[in-house]
Amino acid sequence: MHSLKHAFAYPVAMLLFIASASAADSSTIIIKKFMFNPMDVTVAAGTDVTWENQDGEPHTVVSLTNDFRSQALDEKDKFTHRFDKPGKYKYLCSIHPKMVGTITVVAK
Amino acid sequence: MADDFIPSRRRALQCMAFGGAGTLFTLSGGILTPVALAQDAPAKASGIPLFLQISDTHIGFNKDANPDVPGTLKQTIALVNAMKARPALTIHTGDITHLSKAAEFDTANQLLMDLKAGELHTVPGEHDVTDGMGTEYFGRFGKASDNRGYYSFDHQSVHFVGLVNVMNFKPNGLGGFGADQLAWLKADLAARSSSTPIVVFAHMPMWTILESWGWGTGDAEEALSYLRRFGSVTILNGHIHQIVQKVEGNITFHTARSTAYPQPQAGQGDGPGPLVVPAGQLQHMLGVTSIRLQKHHLALSDTTLA
Repeated sequence: MHSLKHAFAYPVAMLLFIASASAADSSTIIIKKFMFNPMDVTVAAGTDVTWENQDGEPHTVVSLTNDFRSQALDEKDKFTHRFDKPGKYKYLCSIHPKMVGTITVVAK
Repeated sequence: MADDFIPSRRRALQCMAFGGAGTLFTLSGGILTPVALAQDAPAKASGIPLFLQISDTHIGFNKDANPDVPGTLKQTIALVNAMKARPALTIHTGDITHLSKAAEFDTANQLLMDLKAGELHTVPGEHDVTDGMGTEYFGRFGKASDNRGYYSFDHQSVHFVGLVNVMNFKPNGLGGFGADQLAWLKADLAARSSSTPIVVFAHMPMWTILESWGWGTGDAEEALSYLRRFGSVTILNGHIHQIVQKVEGNITFHTARSTAYPQPQAGQGDGPGPLVVPAGQLQHMLGVTSIRLQKHHLALSDTTLA
């Protein structure tokens, strides 16, 4: 479903990677209106991915494979996880399981 | 006190406002009848109530929809404590806290200790177990269930079953019980005669109110298949912060109001988050929805939300 082609559908993440190759790479996902935005993100290995909740309702970021788990994020709270290993990481909000997302990590 | 719902009244419930302080249940002829508390009529139900249901206290919430959630819980408690006849049992149907924090549980516990409405029974809401294992919740409330969360007990010849449908969510899914809990429920109910009144309580609604908002329980049908042979089943849930009721055969489904803040009606707005209402409205909404026993059926007060 998510082929490597998808990596090129997210040029922002890739540009960030290219533009800041010497610094720690980072990527931000905004949680708003009960959605992870963007829902699917592709990053290079070693990237710090930060989720920021902009809803008045708390959300969580919970890996389906137990690789990462945030506390309940209240409005304006952030959660950061560094993705070191290439692979596909699916996650959901454990308060609102309709909210799902995927982080695809590609080799640097 | 031979009071029954009549179907039209039951349907009227669905149009009612959310708000209110708690829901009282009285047992009459084996049928449990919910009596919503209104602040102007705390003691109008006759007889000693069988139990009280409160829900969604969300201690820790502090946003615009209600900056003083401990305050409205205190008001709820004062309202119940002022009743002439108080029940010997209180059920909290979850979301005791907002963010599952230890300090929030401590505050909730401290406030609920003032409630003079008998033994407190709880089930967790998804807000109570955001730490995954539910460590904070089970550390305080796990004893009744050997840390499983689900359990049953008898009170005044009524069989009460507390269920957990807020853990181990599947992606895109609804609430769920899981195979272990369902097997336990089947065995627990198998030992009861069909004439035993049954009360089931769980946080998320046990029928699908709005799938896209997760307002339902994916494997509820299996649980209901064990319950259909009973003559009187009352299923009590919270989660949606408003009263919605449905009757299906001998099974009455009823969601309680929150003591913290309202949520939008199903499908209205971005999602099932806190609903901000105009200043002064919250209190008004908390206090004006009531159902009273009148002659042979329940009468609803005429105050509704728009």
